Amino acid sequence: MKRTVRRAFPLFVLPTLVAFFIGFIVPFIMGVYLSFHKFTVVTNTKFVGLGNYVKMMGDESFIHSLWYTVLFTIVSVITINVFAFIIALFLCKVFKGTRLFRTIFFMPNLIGGIVLGYIWQIILNGILAHWNITLQYDAKYGFWGLIILMNWQQIGYMMIIYIAGIMSVPTELLESAMIDGAGSFERLKSVVIPILRPSITICTFLTLTNGFKLFDQNLALTGGEPAKSSEMLALNIFNTFYGRVGWQGVGQAKAVIFTIIVAAIAFVQLYATRSKEEQM
Amino acid sequence: MAKTKVKSFDPAEKPAKHGWILTLVFSLLSVFFIMPILVVLWNSFKVKSSINLTPFQLPNGKTFVGLENYIRGMQQINFFAAFVNTLTITVLSVAVIILCTSMCGWYIARVNSRGGNLIYFLFAFSMVIPFQMVMYTLSLVANRLGLTTPLGIVPVYLGFGAGLATFMFVGFARSIPLEIEEAAMIDGCGALGIFFRVVLPIMKPTYITVAILETMWIWNDYLLPSLVLQSDYRTIPIAIQYLKGGYGTVDWGAMMAVLILAIVPIIIFYALCQKYIIGGVVAGAVKG
Repeated sequence: MKRTVRRAFPLFVLPTLVAFFIGFIVPFIMGVYLSFHKFTVVTNTKFVGLGNYVKMMGDESFIHSLWYTVLFTIVSVITINVFAFIIALFLCKVFKGTRLFRTIFFMPNLIGGIVLGYIWQIILNGILAHWNITLQYDAKYGFWGLIILMNWQQIGYMMIIYIAGIMSVPTELLESAMIDGAGSFERLKSVVIPILRPSITICTFLTLTNGFKLFDQNLALTGGEPAKSSEMLALNIFNTFYGRVGWQGVGQAKAVIFTIIVAAIAFVQLYATRSKEEQM
Repeated sequence: MAKTKVKSFDPAEKPAKHGWILTLVFSLLSVFFIMPILVVLWNSFKVKSSINLTPFQLPNGKTFVGLENYIRGMQQINFFAAFVNTLTITVLSVAVIILCTSMCGWYIARVNSRGGNLIYFLFAFSMVIPFQMVMYTLSLVANRLGLTTPLGIVPVYLGFGAGLATFMFVGFARSIPLEIEEAAMIDGCGALGIFFRVVLPIMKPTYITVAILETMWIWNDYLLPSLVLQSDYRTIPIAIQYLKGGYGTVDWGAMMAVLILAIVPIIIFYALCQKYIIGGVVAGAVKG
């Protein structure tokens, strides 16, 4: 059979492969190449070695956005997962309406980042108006605003993954724990949470990469205001490419570093998932 | 949705004695949770000068303006054209992605050659690369190849989205027992026949999962189309961003109306295939 299938290569693989070269491979290689060059148009590039990377390290707005993103990611990973887990525990109990509540909590996840940004801009500015300030007044308002927005968007998603995990806990285990005299908190701590470790890993890494790569919500909520101080990494890279003439090479160098960080997170995740599977 | 008896995961848990308290608490929490959308909804009927500073006031006799914001918003950004563009791009791209990547994924799973494995590795690699890495160069390539229309962007989406989609199809195709396909070949089916008559029906759940993940991505995508499409083609997210930047001061009345218009199709989509969306998202998260 292998031979019959093999002959079908042009029909089965070629369309995807050609598109993959156009949409990923060629831009990726060009990107790596350009990160070592100075240019404003790609037909006229000058090799500068690590010059772009050096310039990048001296760019305060980049360093600021890096730390801002790291801090944002840490806070959002913790808040989203804690809230999602607590809600999931409650919505696995028996009472009227759990199905409807799950549906409602999941819904914001489907709304795009730009729309989310403007919804929360009007809400948060409405609240801040009591003190005569706006989200753009100080980076800390943009920061917490974005945390609230991301919690609203992602709690439902993580909740669904936690619910699926909780529901798969074998009843017999909980029963025997109960016979052994474990109270409900002990059952949660010693039975449910250990079994949920794969779900916890998945949700942690999903929120981690989502936080790190955040762009649309950042752009729509504050756009980096005031004076770039609420700018996250992805937006900083975008602004370097399209807002500063002659800085395209530096933008590309930033993108390479950004990629290395995101890929590193992904590899740690792969390792974490693998080693846990082996344990089980 | 099928009514199954709700059971708690914990056997010690009886149908809560005070279940109504939980129902009440979560009802309030749910109202609070959807409040942001309700606020935008009622502001979309208010005169634009009373939105920005007092969004929590319901429309009243003085501030109610009917559908004025909707008319103005739709005109300012040509919402209808943006909607058609977004729908065209999403439907075509998703259709092309699931067709091409499922064929490609099945081929890789069955042929298992060195080349196939290399392609598979590259697909997996592309999944972890953030869009910022290729955004600048991708827009140059798309521009050079003239892929800057709602039709032209389809191969761009196929290319950038190929990684995750193919990856999921390869995973599923590997779990299909070979015997069924071999039987089909003995009955005289070629590769195409095996794929469309045997494999495709078996892979239906994966098609639904991938289609839902890709739909949610492409419908809401802002950055890729804003860089690739010519400026006279706008999708809904691009149109909304344009409404913010295009006119100096933001017309919050038009903005509220357009936000509601952008949310309505999503809510309809969610109501129609809620079961598949939630299932697909979980499957995608666990495998991706």
